[in-house]
Amino acid sequence: MPAVREQTAPRPPLGTDPPRRSPAPGTSSPSKSSGRTVWPYLLIAPAVLGTLYLLVYPLIRAVVISLQDFGLRQLILGHAKFVGFKNYGTLLGDGHFWEVVRRTFLFMAINVVLIMTLSTLVALMVERLGRFGRTTVLSALVLTWAMPVISATTVFQWLFHSEFGIVNEVLTGLGFESFDRYPWFAHGPAAFAIVVALVVWQSVPFAAITLYSALTTVPVELYESARIDGASGPRIFRSVTFPMIRPIFLLVFSLEVIWTFKAFVQIWVMTNGGPGDATTILPVYAVQTALSHQRYDLGSAASMVTVVLMSGVLVFYFRQMFRQEDELA
Amino acid sequence: MSTTRPRIRRLPLNAAAVLTVLVCLFPVYWMVATAFTPTRDIQSDNPRIIPGSWTLDHFRTAVGATGFGLFWRNSVLVTLSAVLLALVIALGSAYAVARMRWKGRRQFMLMVFIAQMAPWESLIIPVYIISRDTDMLDRLPTLTLVYFMMTLPFTIIVLRGFIGTIPPELEESAQVDGCTRFGAFRRIAFPLLAPGLMATSLFGYITAWNEFTYANFLIIKQQDHRTLPVWLSSFQNVFGTDWGATMAASTLFAAPALVIFLLLQRHVTSGFAAGAVKG
Repeated sequence: MPAVREQTAPRPPLGTDPPRRSPAPGTSSPSKSSGRTVWPYLLIAPAVLGTLYLLVYPLIRAVVISLQDFGLRQLILGHAKFVGFKNYGTLLGDGHFWEVVRRTFLFMAINVVLIMTLSTLVALMVERLGRFGRTTVLSALVLTWAMPVISATTVFQWLFHSEFGIVNEVLTGLGFESFDRYPWFAHGPAAFAIVVALVVWQSVPFAAITLYSALTTVPVELYESARIDGASGPRIFRSVTFPMIRPIFLLVFSLEVIWTFKAFVQIWVMTNGGPGDATTILPVYAVQTALSHQRYDLGSAASMVTVVLMSGVLVFYFRQMFRQEDELA
Repeated sequence: MSTTRPRIRRLPLNAAAVLTVLVCLFPVYWMVATAFTPTRDIQSDNPRIIPGSWTLDHFRTAVGATGFGLFWRNSVLVTLSAVLLALVIALGSAYAVARMRWKGRRQFMLMVFIAQMAPWESLIIPVYIISRDTDMLDRLPTLTLVYFMMTLPFTIIVLRGFIGTIPPELEESAQVDGCTRFGAFRRIAFPLLAPGLMATSLFGYITAWNEFTYANFLIIKQQDHRTLPVWLSSFQNVFGTDWGATMAASTLFAAPALVIFLLLQRHVTSGFAAGAVKG
């Protein structure tokens, strides 16, 4: 049918197949094959070129720099020499670097566990709420989600301000006298805890809303029959609810793992990796090494280690996503 | 008995809901409240949760601060041009993916999905060095290009979805009536796409508006070319301990994003959550 239509139409300039989601054989007419091959490629060319120059090229450049001797001198004069894997050797032999790696994983683990636990609880709660409560909680979540990173970071600095911060006032008021003028950002573990609190506060809304929308797809009949069988609340969650939302849960989980590295912004603005290096995670370490100490080679090597660590989770994420919905078809 | 019992059983649930709302909203509320509180109340020994008196002084200080207008203009300029560029280029790609069949379409979409997850935090160093080599440091077009690339994959993914929902028969019949393929798309599909374009551009807008890292490391010497997030992060250095003004600046910066998200809430809570957006 469409083939006939196409032939009667006065020479469609972008002579391509009439769009069909399902493969429809016999819709192509050989006379227009040249136009068919060129137009789609022209249309995607800007996007492909942009990706090549703005994403692939920087990535290759980072790999190259990590294999060179690249300091301030080479930045200004050029002529960086290849040194093979020497930078990686330097990094992996540095105890400080390993400390940063350990801290990165600790930071990631605490964040992801807190985010996933809290957001699952919030999602379950929202599902059980009445209409009014549900709208209110969802609005509050969306508002938190919308809060720009820099604004949120500034506010948290203000909340935990040593002298006039409301947190210290409240804690002192509750009888914890030791918090009177407690300088949160001067103590490593305290600063670390605040960064975690900030990241969790900003991340729970997305995770909770996504998990909640997954929960709404679980058929009510499943709950009813489980209850008739005498299953308890936790048992229902373990055997009915969780298996149903497992794919989405794993998606959110891997996203949150990957997004841990986005905490760079909060850390850079709030503590700059300090005090000492109590909040220095891998991306912070890489940028400090490169841009503050002018060791671009070591910084790039650290960045590449980060990318390699991330790519494992990324592959898992993509497999989950493509299994979930056949996006590429 | 029978009426009170469900209510009592629901008590923990409702308490948890109230707690969630409080934890979510308190920092936002505290930012706005502090911005309206006179300095002497901010620095008092017993701060009040609800400000006793109100003032607009802090907003005046923030707006009157050196460069606020300039940085605001820079932010708007960079954001708008990045989002427009991304929209135009994504529209072409999305159309090709949704409406045409060609070799490499799957590979192209795979590239888009991977680009969506690009590790931008790990690309600062090479992007800095490339910008330096090509004399693009301290220039707003550099930021525009970076933000364009940050928003492009998501824009393609969402627009492809929107184009997919418009029946191709509409355009085909326009072509039968003598429209060119481009004309058919422009006259028939484009008006139907408008809401999708709006929603997509708003998310791109928020991403670019909030971006801090590249704005911070690519604009170094030319302080006139800084954007609002960088300015806000250094606000305390400029204003010292004037937390009222800092919170006012923070409020002014956050307001557009908060308003947009609340207006788009229905989209946010349904479809977009699955699209891997992080505001």
